[in-house]
Amino acid sequence: MKISEIVDLLDAECLTGTDMLEKEVKTACGSDMMSDVLAFAKDNAVLMTGLCNPQVIRTAEMLDTPCVIFVRSKRPTQAMIDMAEEREIVVLATNHRMFSTCGILFQAGLTGGEK
Amino acid sequence: MEDNLVFEYVVSREDFTRAGEASADVKKKLKALGVPSGVVRRVSIALYEGEINMVVHAYGGNITVEITSDKIIMLLKDKGPGIPDVEKAMQEGFSTASDSVRALGFGAGMGLPNMKKCSDRMDISTTIGVGTEIKMEVDL
Ligand SMILES: Nc1ncnc2c1ncn2[C@@H]1O[C@H](COP(=O)(O)OP(=O)(O)OP(=O)(O)O)[C@@H](O)[C@H]1O
Ligand SMILES: [Mg+2]
Repeated sequence: MKISEIVDLLDAECLTGTDMLEKEVKTACGSDMMSDVLAFAKDNAVLMTGLCNPQVIRTAEMLDTPCVIFVRSKRPTQAMIDMAEEREIVVLATNHRMFSTCGILFQAGLTGGEK
Repeated sequence: MEDNLVFEYVVSREDFTRAGEASADVKKKLKALGVPSGVVRRVSIALYEGEINMVVHAYGGNITVEITSDKIIMLLKDKGPGIPDVEKAMQEGFSTASDSVRALGFGAGMGLPNMKKCSDRMDISTTIGVGTEIKMEVDL
């Protein structure tokens, strides 16, 4: 699925990376614990989180995550957005909560990437 | 051996927002050197988890990364409380992280096991009240 479809499905706001919305993604990982994400996220997975600090962007950087989605109206700081922009990571914000965000994207075809 | 590349970093505990800068820099350098992406990924994840631990469980320290012809060697040395029971600390889910650390998104007890998983060899030596030294190697 293209990141642009995620934007539509989640009625999300794109805070940086508007020029990268055509990128394809297949898997996703949702957690507020970054060490869970680091242990379980697959290559190229979209990261959904309710945590809002610079380590989210750092974690995305370590995993080559193309897109971070902040759920339940969390708003990253400008410093975090700048950090993501520098690393060419798309940042989206949605008002949906974690469960709904996961459900909507799963139904639309994203998976956790498990065998 | 003089061909080996060595990178050194000071990890400060002062600023949590900067934790991970050393790992990010190593990742950038490995990519630039053309190291295979799977190796870059394992090194990045292992080093980042280790660097975070140095900040949230200890008082900071030093990271040295050496790239030889056949492997990447990471040495993480911190000043800190040490780890009383390494075997326990290595178990998935074991964590002594405080609520404030958990609020920052860490403290699932996944870091050390993931470091072991990502590396080909990992060795921990720790002294209570002095600090911890972790050596990890990833083969090229
Ligand atoms: N450098 C260190 N100095 C002192 N204690 C440490 C250090 N690294 C780890 N520990 C101890 O080992 C425990 C397990 O570490 P581990 O990295 O696996 O989990 P965590 O840091 O608590 O949570 P997570 O890594 O999932 O965010 C820690 O809770 C802490 O008690
Ligand atoms: Mg840890």
